[in-house]
Amino acid sequence: MNEITIIISRLSESFMLNCKLFVLTLLFSLPLGLVIAFGSMSRFSPLRWLVRTFVWIIRGTPLMLQLIVIFFGPGLLGMSFSWPGGASGRFVAATVAFIINYACYFSEIYRAGIESIPAGQYEAGQVLGMTKSQIFFNVTLLQVIKRIIPPVGNEVMTLVKDTSLARIIANKEIIMMAGEYTNKGLIWPLFATGIYFLIFIGVLTILFDWLEKKLSYFRV
Amino acid sequence: MAILEVKAIEKSFDNTHVLKDINFSLEKGEVMAIIGSSGSGKTTLLRCLNFLERPDKGTIIVNNEVIFDAMDPSTQKESEVRKKRLHFGLVFQNFNLFPQYTVLKNVTLAAELLAKERSDYKQNKKVIIEEIQERGKTLLSQVGLSDKMNFYPHMISGGQQQRVAIARALALEPDILCFDEPTSALDPELTGEVLRVIKGLAERNTTMIIVTHEMDFARDVADRVIFMDDGVIVEQGSPQEVFANPKEERTKQFLARYNNA
Repeated sequence: MNEITIIISRLSESFMLNCKLFVLTLLFSLPLGLVIAFGSMSRFSPLRWLVRTFVWIIRGTPLMLQLIVIFFGPGLLGMSFSWPGGASGRFVAATVAFIINYACYFSEIYRAGIESIPAGQYEAGQVLGMTKSQIFFNVTLLQVIKRIIPPVGNEVMTLVKDTSLARIIANKEIIMMAGEYTNKGLIWPLFATGIYFLIFIGVLTILFDWLEKKLSYFRV
Repeated sequence: MAILEVKAIEKSFDNTHVLKDINFSLEKGEVMAIIGSSGSGKTTLLRCLNFLERPDKGTIIVNNEVIFDAMDPSTQKESEVRKKRLHFGLVFQNFNLFPQYTVLKNVTLAAELLAKERSDYKQNKKVIIEEIQERGKTLLSQVGLSDKMNFYPHMISGGQQQRVAIARALALEPDILCFDEPTSALDPELTGEVLRVIKGLAERNTTMIIVTHEMDFARDVADRVIFMDDGVIVEQGSPQEVFANPKEERTKQFLARYNNA
C-alpha cells in the first residue's frame, strides 16, 4: 500500500513536467505560429519561400529528431552557444524544440483559416474605409478563430501526448518515470500513465466544446 | 455641375481588356443604371470607382477633385485611397455582412472605427458613440428593419440582409452609392423589398449608380442608362432613349433577348 502511494506521487510529480512543457509550448507557439503564417503568406516571395521551406523541414522531420538536433547540435557543431547544464538545460532545449515544431503546425492551420475567409469580407471592410489592421482585428479574426477551433483542438491534444517525447533528451517526464519501474519488473505504473493523459484530454475536450459553443451565435 | 466625372478609364486583367475608354459623368441626385450582359465590364467599372480595382489609365473626379489619376501615383497611396474611397458606398451582390455582429453593429462598426481618429474622440466618446448608434437605428428604420436590430445576419432573410447592407453603406454618408447587382443573389420573391428601398432612396435624391439585370426596375428608377458591351459604353441616354428607341444594333439585340425571356 505504501509503495503504491509512493509510485503514484512520483508519477504525478513527473507528470508536472509534461504539464509545464505543454503550457509553455502553447504560450509561445500559438502567437509564433501567427507570425510564421503571415510570413508564409507574404507578398515578398523570398521571405515566403524561406518561411515555407522552414515549415516543410520542421513538418517533414520527426519531432524526436528535432529534439536531439536542438539539444546536441550546438555542441557537436562547436558553437559557442550551449544549453545550461543539468535538468533545466534539457528542459529548456525540449521546450524550444516543441515551440518551433508546434508553431509550424499552428501556422498552417492559421493560414488555412485566414485564406478560407471570403474576399467579400475584406472588400466590405475596405469600401467602408477600414485599415488593413482594422479589417483583420474587427472583421476577420473572430471568423478565423471560429473556423480553426476544431483543428487547433486536435493539435493541442496531440501536444499533450507528444510531451512524453521529451524523455529522449533525458527529461524525467511521466513515461520515463514509469519506465524505470518497468525495468524493475513492475508493469502497472506504465499503464497508469494512460489515466493521466486520458484525464488531461478529457478536460481539454470539455474546454474546446465550450469554446465552440461560445462562438456558435454566428455562422461563417 | 457634375458630381462625378469618369475619364478614359482602361482596365486589363492579364491579356483581357475589360474596360476600354470609359467616359461618363453623373449629376448630383441622379440615378444611373448600368446594363449589359455578363462579362461586359459593368462590375469591374463599379469596382474601379470603389478602389477595389486600380484602372490602368484614366481619371476619376468627384466634386471637381481628382481622386484617382492613373498617371499620378500620389493619388494611389493606401492612406489617400482610404479617405477618398469614402466618396463612394458599395452594396455587394452577396451582401457581405459581417456575420459575427448584430444588424445594428454591422451598420455602425465602420463609423465607430472612423470616429476613433477624431481628435475629440477621447473627450466626447460617449456622445459620439451615441450619435452613431442613433444614426444606425434611423437608417435601419429607413430600410424597414428596426425590429431586426439585434439579430445576427444568419437569422434574417437574404432580402433583409441586403437592406442591412444598404443601411451600412449609407452610414458613412457617401456622395455616390453604388449597387453591384443588388438582387441577383436573391430569390425572386425577395427582390421586391430591396428594389423598393432603392427606389425610396432615388425619391430622396440619393446619387446612385446601379448595375442591374432588372430592366423594368432600371427603366423605372434611373434618370440615365448606360449600356455596356465588351468593355465599352455602347449607348447612353435617358431610359426612354435607351429602352424605347435604342440607336445601336448591339443594344437592340441585348434588349430583344430580355423582352423575349
